[in-house]
Amino acid sequence: MTYYLIKRLGVAAITVVIAVSLLYGMIHAVPGDPLSVVLGPRATPEMKAALNKRMGLDKPFVIQLGTFFINVLQGDLGTDVFTDTSVSEIFFGQLPFTVNLIFLAIGWSALLGIPLGCYSAVRRNTLIDKLTGVFSVGTIAIPSFVVALYSLLIFAVWLKWLPAIGAGKEGDFMDQLSHLLLPSFAVGLGWVGYLSRLVRASMLEVLGENHIRTARAFGLKESTIVLGYALRLAILPTVALLGVGIGNMLSGAVFAEIVFARPGVGKLIFDSVITRNYPLVMGSVIMTTILFVLFTTVADLISAFLDPRIRENL
Amino acid sequence: MTGETQNRNREKVLSIKDLSVNFKTENGLVQALRRVSIDIPPKQIVGLVGESGCGKSTVINSILRLLSNNAEIIQGSIHLQNKNILMMTSTQLRAIRGKRISVIFQDPMTSLNPALSIGRQMTDIQYRDQINQVAKRQRAIDMLTRVGIPDAEKRLKSYPHQFSGGMRQRIAIAMALIMEPDLLIADEPTTALDATLQIQIIELLKTLQKEFRCSVLFVSHHLGLVADFCDQVVVMYAGEVVESGNVRDIFHRAAHPYTKRLLECDPARIKTKTRVLPTIPGYIPDLVNLSDDCIFKDRCHVKDNKCPLTVAPLTELTPGHFVQCHLSQEGENL
Ligand SMILES: Nc1ncnc2c1ncn2[C@@H]1O[C@H](COP(=O)(O)OP(=O)(O)OP(=O)(O)O)[C@@H](O)[C@H]1O
Ligand SMILES: [Mg+2]
Repeated sequence: MTYYLIKRLGVAAITVVIAVSLLYGMIHAVPGDPLSVVLGPRATPEMKAALNKRMGLDKPFVIQLGTFFINVLQGDLGTDVFTDTSVSEIFFGQLPFTVNLIFLAIGWSALLGIPLGCYSAVRRNTLIDKLTGVFSVGTIAIPSFVVALYSLLIFAVWLKWLPAIGAGKEGDFMDQLSHLLLPSFAVGLGWVGYLSRLVRASMLEVLGENHIRTARAFGLKESTIVLGYALRLAILPTVALLGVGIGNMLSGAVFAEIVFARPGVGKLIFDSVITRNYPLVMGSVIMTTILFVLFTTVADLISAFLDPRIRENL
Repeated sequence: MTGETQNRNREKVLSIKDLSVNFKTENGLVQALRRVSIDIPPKQIVGLVGESGCGKSTVINSILRLLSNNAEIIQGSIHLQNKNILMMTSTQLRAIRGKRISVIFQDPMTSLNPALSIGRQMTDIQYRDQINQVAKRQRAIDMLTRVGIPDAEKRLKSYPHQFSGGMRQRIAIAMALIMEPDLLIADEPTTALDATLQIQIIELLKTLQKEFRCSVLFVSHHLGLVADFCDQVVVMYAGEVVESGNVRDIFHRAAHPYTKRLLECDPARIKTKTRVLPTIPGYIPDLVNLSDDCIFKDRCHVKDNKCPLTVAPLTELTPGHFVQCHLSQEGENL
């Protein structure tokens, strides 16, 4: 396992380097001159040249990339061109809002979806299985911003049970939590469906395997067989999906953040793209990429912990 | 009558009576077993032979009540001493599975859980015993050593994929015997292994059977192994038992034309050098559309005017030697 851990972290590091280089290159290739954005339309060529030099844009691409990596390693993601504050400060200021949202959303949907999937697989073709199926497909089919709008309308506007917008007062845990409930409901609902379908399918497959027949032939309890013997294997696709899903949601929760007017990484990137705030776009996208790689790596490590064959195949 | 049945059951570890099993499929009802009766006496090794698809695994799955959901037991009984397995509740079933009846499956590559260490799997199956984990581990180590796994204590931590096929089958044997069952079922335990390993595994099973004093139901395609290993032989054809008796009855005084053909086709018995292995011409009848006639009539090489081609009654030629064929009744040499 230690060996796998080291190898897997190595792979993650390489992935980050490649992904970040590609991103850096892409952002540089995008049309639109960052200098004009910063200096405005009336900038003189001399002013441009000076800034160009200050930002290191006159040097060859490879040198720029190298400098960039060194800076990133030192925690320096550049400086916001408008407010002159450091990008990493802005990004890590927004990150907790998004992380809380994602983990609450994934948390409740996993706690509901995974047992639902197991139950459906064990009791397949019963009424409850069929109802779960309809419910799951329904939750997958409804776009999350529709769920967001309706839940906002019902619980915040009509029933007034929960606050509608914002992230809650700083330092007030209960207030922040109550502001998280509706967004995490909207983000998580579709995941309940996904997870229950996925777990059901892989559970059915595993339950049909020979070693489960062996476990039955030895008289093991059905609960031991399902939870101890089958789920360990059946959960693997789900773990992988969650790794990618959580990574994606870092920037993908933008709908919920906009509808509920919450701060967050998605909103940050969205705003900075609109205002062509290059250093901020760049720094945030690169950080989300690194975090994405981190989440998928953690997912792989969990899979390797669950299934010894994965440990030996890297 | 009841008294007599009980008496007969008492001298059997397992007694299958008139068992019929159907499978519901898209193409219709597959009549996989029809009125199958098999007795397994204590400390005896009973071989179950027959072509692929004749219902051997269905017999085993019926005994363990592990039939797939589309299976339907039409009639019959399976008595384990004096309890009918077919009438047991799921709790009662769990109590006998792995404890009084245990099984070694055909494919050692897939029959162990790939995600759990063999130590875990071997201690889990001892869950009924009120002994501590250390004692259970020790029992697993002893059993693994007994079946020839070197360095068993260390290997407890290993996972199935870290063992070779032969080793895995040894582990499967260790698991099957750890609870000291009355009946060990082996469904083609060596088919997936090469010839040398086959012999080793059979030798191991032989010694362990004596040591543990259990009965064995041994399913195999390999007539040579059956002749060598078994006390009794049951020959199945297309879902029916066509002949049964002790090894000598079957291998020297075979009475059913199918058994004879089977023996002729056994590569080990062919004396002359040949490149083509003989096979029994024709196919087993379609188990969905069975006629009321003799199931072997299409492939029978001895049928003549004297044979009515109907299903023959099961007759006892000599004590313990049963056959289902009109023509063998006269005791002729077919
Ligand atoms: N789950 C099932 N659904 C439908 N038909 C089945 C099922 N299991 C077995 N059968 C059919 O029942 C018959 C007996 O099958 P079984 O597996 O018992 O044969 P077998 O003697 O064990 O064969 P083999 O030597 O190939 O293992 C076959 O015709 C098979 O197609
Ligand atoms: Mg079989």
